[in-house]
Amino acid sequence: MTVDAVIVGSGPGGSTAADVLTAAGWSVVIVEKGRNHLLDPDDLTRPAADYSNDEIKFHSRFFLGPDPLVEPRTFRTSEEDGDRLHIGEFNSVPTTVGGGGTHADGKVPRFMPGDFRLLSDLGPQPDADVADWPLTYDELEPFYADVERSIGVAGIDGVNPFAGPRSGPFPMPPGAPMFGAVHSVAAAERLGYHPYPAATAANSIPYDGRPACNNCGFCAFFGCPIHAKGDPVAMLMRAMATGNAELLAETFVSRIRFEGRRATGVDLVESDGTSRFLPARHVIVAAGAIETPRLLLMSDVEHPALGRYLMVHFQTIVAGSMPFRTYAERGRSVTHVHDDMIVGDGLSQQAAHDAGLPWIRGGLVEHSGAAMPIMEAKHYPPGPRHNRLMADSPIRKRLWAFTMQGEDLPYAGNRVDLDPSVRDARGFPVARVTYRPRHHELVAHEHYGPRLAAILKEMGAEWTAVTSSPGRGNSGFTPDSVPESRHNMGTVRMGSDPANSVTDPFGRLHTYDNVVVADSSVFVTSSGYGPTLTLAALSARAAHHML
Amino acid sequence: MPTWLTDAEFEVLTAACDKSVPATEHGPGAVAAGVPDYIDGLLGAFTVDPPRIWARGPTSGRHGGEAAFSQFHPLSPLDELAWRTRIEGSQGRPEREFNGPVVGLQERYRTGLAALGPDFPELEADMQDARLAAVDGFAELLFHHCCEGLYGAPEYGGNRAGMAWAAIDFAGDVQPRGWTDAEVADP
Repeated sequence: MTVDAVIVGSGPGGSTAADVLTAAGWSVVIVEKGRNHLLDPDDLTRPAADYSNDEIKFHSRFFLGPDPLVEPRTFRTSEEDGDRLHIGEFNSVPTTVGGGGTHADGKVPRFMPGDFRLLSDLGPQPDADVADWPLTYDELEPFYADVERSIGVAGIDGVNPFAGPRSGPFPMPPGAPMFGAVHSVAAAERLGYHPYPAATAANSIPYDGRPACNNCGFCAFFGCPIHAKGDPVAMLMRAMATGNAELLAETFVSRIRFEGRRATGVDLVESDGTSRFLPARHVIVAAGAIETPRLLLMSDVEHPALGRYLMVHFQTIVAGSMPFRTYAERGRSVTHVHDDMIVGDGLSQQAAHDAGLPWIRGGLVEHSGAAMPIMEAKHYPPGPRHNRLMADSPIRKRLWAFTMQGEDLPYAGNRVDLDPSVRDARGFPVARVTYRPRHHELVAHEHYGPRLAAILKEMGAEWTAVTSSPGRGNSGFTPDSVPESRHNMGTVRMGSDPANSVTDPFGRLHTYDNVVVADSSVFVTSSGYGPTLTLAALSARAAHHML
Repeated sequence: MPTWLTDAEFEVLTAACDKSVPATEHGPGAVAAGVPDYIDGLLGAFTVDPPRIWARGPTSGRHGGEAAFSQFHPLSPLDELAWRTRIEGSQGRPEREFNGPVVGLQERYRTGLAALGPDFPELEADMQDARLAAVDGFAELLFHHCCEGLYGAPEYGGNRAGMAWAAIDFAGDVQPRGWTDAEVADP
């Protein structure tokens, strides 16, 4: 039997497409290479009970995948590094049913209207290929609203002066503010910034049959034990309940097969290693901005822009030690954010001018602390001072921090291709990432780091420290470590002109009529916001367009 | 009693853990918390079925709910390949050497403990430091496992009765109780 659509990847992009298409009566097969710990294996319309408050399982032992020993990636900062510097993790997002939605702490901001027309509003940047998106905020707004209702987003309208217009209120009010955030918000306001309760896909009230968040604190990088997070559980349960969807977990798609301008289906590798062909009328690729271009390259799709313009968010991380306990281990991982460092001001314009740049953009600033004791323990030196440091806990009990999701500009040289020799355990070439932040990202980091430290000092910090991800080498100004933002965007850029974009404005490949990319691969620019809500809204829009 | 290491190796491991995170008046050390059992449990993860890799959910029973952490998840074929390779090493098997040989944790511990020597527990402190420093990467590996064994869930063999969490005022796995809104916003 030929299904209407095969969807590669069960994260927020693939799940949203599955929800839309199955509701319209399409038959779909969702293929996920990771294990299923999201849905009850005996009844896929109900949630599973596999997630837990377990730091070993989730942080030390890759429960949500990918395990870098069997599914590695390779990394280098430029071609001058040779074939690769590193084999292992690169900015991993979970490989499991539910994908990146399962480990996120649920911040789901919309982009601002200006994010879709960066070139028109601000003009070009040297070395970058800044472009407008082939759609506007207003065109995407109904889909933003749909996804917010679908997953359940807590927030409050009118508190962020930089937000775009909304067609309706948030589905539920914000949850409890973190204690540290109460203080950092007050400090930021005293310095003239505009912090507000983050739009968060964690239930503040019972919603859609799932309970309210009970503030357990094991949020970012953990699956939610009570399914109060707006991960793809809602979309997948609905899709399964239609009877029109089949879920194939632990199944790898190794190739899309084509005849002329059409895909005919995909090659599958099952968990026991056997291969088979799955015919489908449409192929939706939603494997994330690293694995999606990998699959297209393994399928011999050709386009000069394919794999290029990878963006990850160059993070500026500023920590301060407080004279009081910050209680970061209670509640959501982040409850408050501010957008001022995306928008900029006279000081940031001056900093750009001084650095010879036309403009700089920072990113969303997340107010948060450090919560988990194993992670903390590994930061202190071994020996007789260790358990005194753990009891005093300058990191877990005292730190408060800002993480700025600095906007990465799109550079053709930041890219994904197939590693020439490193293979995964199934025998297929792994994704090789070539990435480094450039002048714009470093100038924005240098400018905003001290300004964020000033807020922490206003909050009472006894000392502050500025770092970044990727980190900076000892030998000067070159960042040389692997990014850990967990945001991957670009690589299969959308646009109206087939010469410089890989997909059309609805995510369909320019070169094949029935292959649609439904994840953050299609992003034209990265904005300073996490990608989840925008990629899900784009997926909903693309799926409706297919009907 | 160790399940994978020999009794003699376990004695050396115990002394080495005591160097990595010793007990002080501020809290238990790695030995009191059971870290040698945590490490031996990882090295011998495949001596039980399902292997001792991922404790089940959703609750431990320490704050209500069922005591589900005492059971472990079965592994998929791919994950069994990953964890057997990580623990046992690639051993020349082609299915484990798709990117070259992998030295497993069992071999790293066995050779590391052998290099420390059977007399390690009786040595003076500075001699112990010198022996630990002489084995490339071993002190770092041991310390990382000490951190996990001290501050991870007790079901993995360490952190006996949650004693390391108690010493640092960490509530541990609080599901299904969680925290009230007031305990979050105004503790």
